[in-house]
Amino acid sequence: MASIKVLNGNAAAAEAVGQVHPDVVVSNPAAPASPILEKLASFIADGRLDAEMINAESAYSAISACIGASAAGGRVFSAASSQGLAAMHELLFIASSLRLPIVAAVANRALSAPLNIHADHSDAMAQRDCGWIQIFSENSQETYDNIIQAFKIAEHPEVKNPVMVGLDGFITSHEMANIWLAETDEVADFVGKYNPAYSLLDSDNPVTVGSIDTPDYYFEHKVLQLQGMENARKVIKEVGKEFGDRFSRYYGYFESYKLEDAEYAVVLMSSSAGAAKEVVDELRNNGEHVGLLKLRVFRPFPHQELKEALSHLKAIAVLDRVLTPGSYGGPLFNETRTALYDLEEKTPPRVFPYVYGLGGRDIAVNHFRDVFTEIEEKNMEKTEIKTGLAFINLRQ
Amino acid sequence: MNPGSGNNGKKWHELPIGGINPDAGNSLENYTGYLRRGEKPQFNPDNCINCFFCWVFCPENAIMVDGKKIAGINYDYCKGCGICVNECPVSHEPLPLVMVEEKIEL
Repeated sequence: MASIKVLNGNAAAAEAVGQVHPDVVVSNPAAPASPILEKLASFIADGRLDAEMINAESAYSAISACIGASAAGGRVFSAASSQGLAAMHELLFIASSLRLPIVAAVANRALSAPLNIHADHSDAMAQRDCGWIQIFSENSQETYDNIIQAFKIAEHPEVKNPVMVGLDGFITSHEMANIWLAETDEVADFVGKYNPAYSLLDSDNPVTVGSIDTPDYYFEHKVLQLQGMENARKVIKEVGKEFGDRFSRYYGYFESYKLEDAEYAVVLMSSSAGAAKEVVDELRNNGEHVGLLKLRVFRPFPHQELKEALSHLKAIAVLDRVLTPGSYGGPLFNETRTALYDLEEKTPPRVFPYVYGLGGRDIAVNHFRDVFTEIEEKNMEKTEIKTGLAFINLRQ
Repeated sequence: MNPGSGNNGKKWHELPIGGINPDAGNSLENYTGYLRRGEKPQFNPDNCINCFFCWVFCPENAIMVDGKKIAGINYDYCKGCGICVNECPVSHEPLPLVMVEEKIEL
């Protein structure tokens, strides 16, 4: 029987991993993701999970061990945060280029300096071009659901690509909530058996992995790598639907909240969607046509679907939880505006870049109210439109 | 162009995923001799003591062997790194292995 337990996001992630049953878990704990690995260590120690636990001495070693174990044909999981994820940088490219379907939970946290252990998306956004599928979770339940789906997406024969599942550090990772847990057999049946594309331990079919590629073929191999990411577009949709059919919570590239007849909307990712929905409801009660788009899948970025969901709006505020110095807007802003550039026979909505929540800075309902007012005024040109970023809840 | 990449003109979508090399032993098709840059080792059997150091150290397996004797260098694979010359322990002239200039053939 399915059950409901009171768990935080980290524990929910660990429950999901335990039910999917990886062969290898690699551990180099980094706050706020450490409890995921501690929980999995206890599952293994208690005999509940029969998996190999590798305690790596650094994040760099941890991802290296993941790559080795995955190339050997194992189902592999790890968790990371912030500096640890940054330290993994060059190897994240290798994992995706070798098409190894590793799943990693990332408790999204700010990058140093100054040292900060709280939520923002700096760590994940710095890895946005490393070839991993990136899925973001609003709350603990979504974290649980996303991790189960992540294995199925990553290991799909047409995808074979690593996936990172984000949950906001110390917000989602440590938020206690009622979590609906599926029956373990059901999860195992949903995810299915893992069939690696190749294995270093398969002596009947020996392969060389990671050998040098000259200018003669490197380009072809890199373009081939795109195929997994592009195929993931279809697979993510299918898996989200299949998950819903089985466990009654459906998932797509994003969640549209009261967008259909909206004139103004906010686009964001992860935990801040909760407060945004609250404000959308409140403003709707006052007769304002506002909505929210909570992006779930950042890589592959759903340009086409976003265009369809947003093109009827008058103005959009895109809220990035990361600072990208020297850029016009954050990564989410740039992708969203690009998606809305080629509209036929339509004036595209105005898209305004905002940065919020760095290092765990709160974004509360009043801030969302201000954002909606501001984009409405900007759209009607009641206030001067300055190019560049606007900051939410900054002392200025 | 690297003549021995083993992919024989395949298009990107015809390649195995992950840049893996599924054909064990296909480095034989990779004629690394094209990597020589104006120098090559030359073998002289007169003072060779057949210690096989050059054979052991050669990274391309380009030292040819005839029975229990060193027979010469396979220039299809020799990339001119000179490790064999460096490892050869013989010190009296003529040396079994020396680097010589190799003219570029046009």
